[in-house]
Amino acid sequence: MAGEKAPEKKPGEKKPAKKKGAGKKPAEQKPSQKAAGDKKKRVKKYHASRNPVLARGIGRYSRSAMYARKALYKRKYTAPETKIEKKKKEMPRATITKPVGGDKNGGSRVVKIRKMPRYYPTEDVPRKLLSHGKKPFCEHKRRLRASITPGTVLILLTGRHRGKRVVFLKQLDTGLLLVTGPLAVNRVPLRRAHQKFVIATSTKVDLTGVKIPKHLTDSYFKKKRLRKPKHQEGEIFDTEKEKYELTEQRKTDQKAVDSQILARIRKVPQLRGYLRSTFSLSNGVYPHKLVF
Amino acid sequence: VFKRFVEIGRVAFISFGPHAGKLVAIVDVIDQNRALVDGPCSGVRRQAMPFKCMQLTDFVLKFPHSARQKCVRLAWEKENINEKWSATRWAKKIEAREKKAKMTDFDRYKVMKAKKMRNRIIKHEMKKLQRIAAKKAKKPGKAGKAPKGKKPEKAPKAKKPEKAPAPKAQKAQK
Repeated sequence: MAGEKAPEKKPGEKKPAKKKGAGKKPAEQKPSQKAAGDKKKRVKKYHASRNPVLARGIGRYSRSAMYARKALYKRKYTAPETKIEKKKKEMPRATITKPVGGDKNGGSRVVKIRKMPRYYPTEDVPRKLLSHGKKPFCEHKRRLRASITPGTVLILLTGRHRGKRVVFLKQLDTGLLLVTGPLAVNRVPLRRAHQKFVIATSTKVDLTGVKIPKHLTDSYFKKKRLRKPKHQEGEIFDTEKEKYELTEQRKTDQKAVDSQILARIRKVPQLRGYLRSTFSLSNGVYPHKLVF
Repeated sequence: VFKRFVEIGRVAFISFGPHAGKLVAIVDVIDQNRALVDGPCSGVRRQAMPFKCMQLTDFVLKFPHSARQKCVRLAWEKENINEKWSATRWAKKIEAREKKAKMTDFDRYKVMKAKKMRNRIIKHEMKKLQRIAAKKAKKPGKAGKAPKGKKPEKAPKAKKPEKAPAPKAQKAQK
């Protein structure tokens, strides 16, 4: 009803309020055109319904009448180009030309880059049912016990360094704890430890302002495996690099971190000796009764 | 045979129950098993309490039986029971036990080092005195050996209290 006055404005107009009153519109046209440069908001001004209601769900005008009244003959929009269409435009190379080698040397042949599969299974794999809440490991929530904060002295319980007291640095992306001896104190290098196999003591080293290099992530510490099984069944075990080799990068990283921490350890009396000692149980000592 | 008796005004230490570890004064005896008990300065309301959970201390207050809380409090503060109690060996042992239970791993390490150092010092002195005694024994012969052996034992005990307060003071500060 309000639409009788003015034909519809361009959609790029930026007067925020949805207004009903027809009389107000011409007055507002001027300030809205002034702010034409401000395209950031792009809030459309909506017209009230041009189709008066006769009864609930029934309008006065038919579809074609409404088409005319809304001036849709003027308003034709195209949908934005989807990613699929964009990808479709740039067609990847289908074939490649290679020179002919061997006997019939000289000349070239055309080779397909993406070849047809050489095997089709006899039965199709059935579609899997939807499941919910089963996240892959990378999306799991990582938790950290409240008693473990940067600088806490931890007691390692498993591994070759069991019983050693060690300084906690930070938690890595997979949830493992980055930990260091420091090396000069108890021969534990920058290493990962599992939260569950560690006792957190209440002793803390003040690590404010200590900068841990950003490149110390899980992939840095992950065991490297060669994947070149050229041998067949015979000597597979030989190729696996069982021995751990110390690299220069590890040494420099160790030094960088430890130098900062050692200074702080020296400030606390007896802490260095404490970190050098190992934890053990003896007769009459019960872990559930100990306060760590 | 018995030195501490249940009487009006006897200060008792509660060993178990909801008020474990507190001191109370016996105000009246109800029957064979229970007493009316009040601990105004230790946060125990006036109530009946079985004798089984009470352990008698050496302190006795003077107030008439069934005296009200105000009188009990006056008597308690006059005798200064709280201070006297904390000066007793009993209370000190309790406190030491609590401290030991609260020791953290780092504290345990420090205590171990302190004990080790102390024992070394003692052994060192002992060895010194033993050597002196052995030397003296060689010269005069067997007659002089017996009395000389007894003397050196007293000297190292004097050294012990020196070093003992040092590591124990560390713990006491916690």
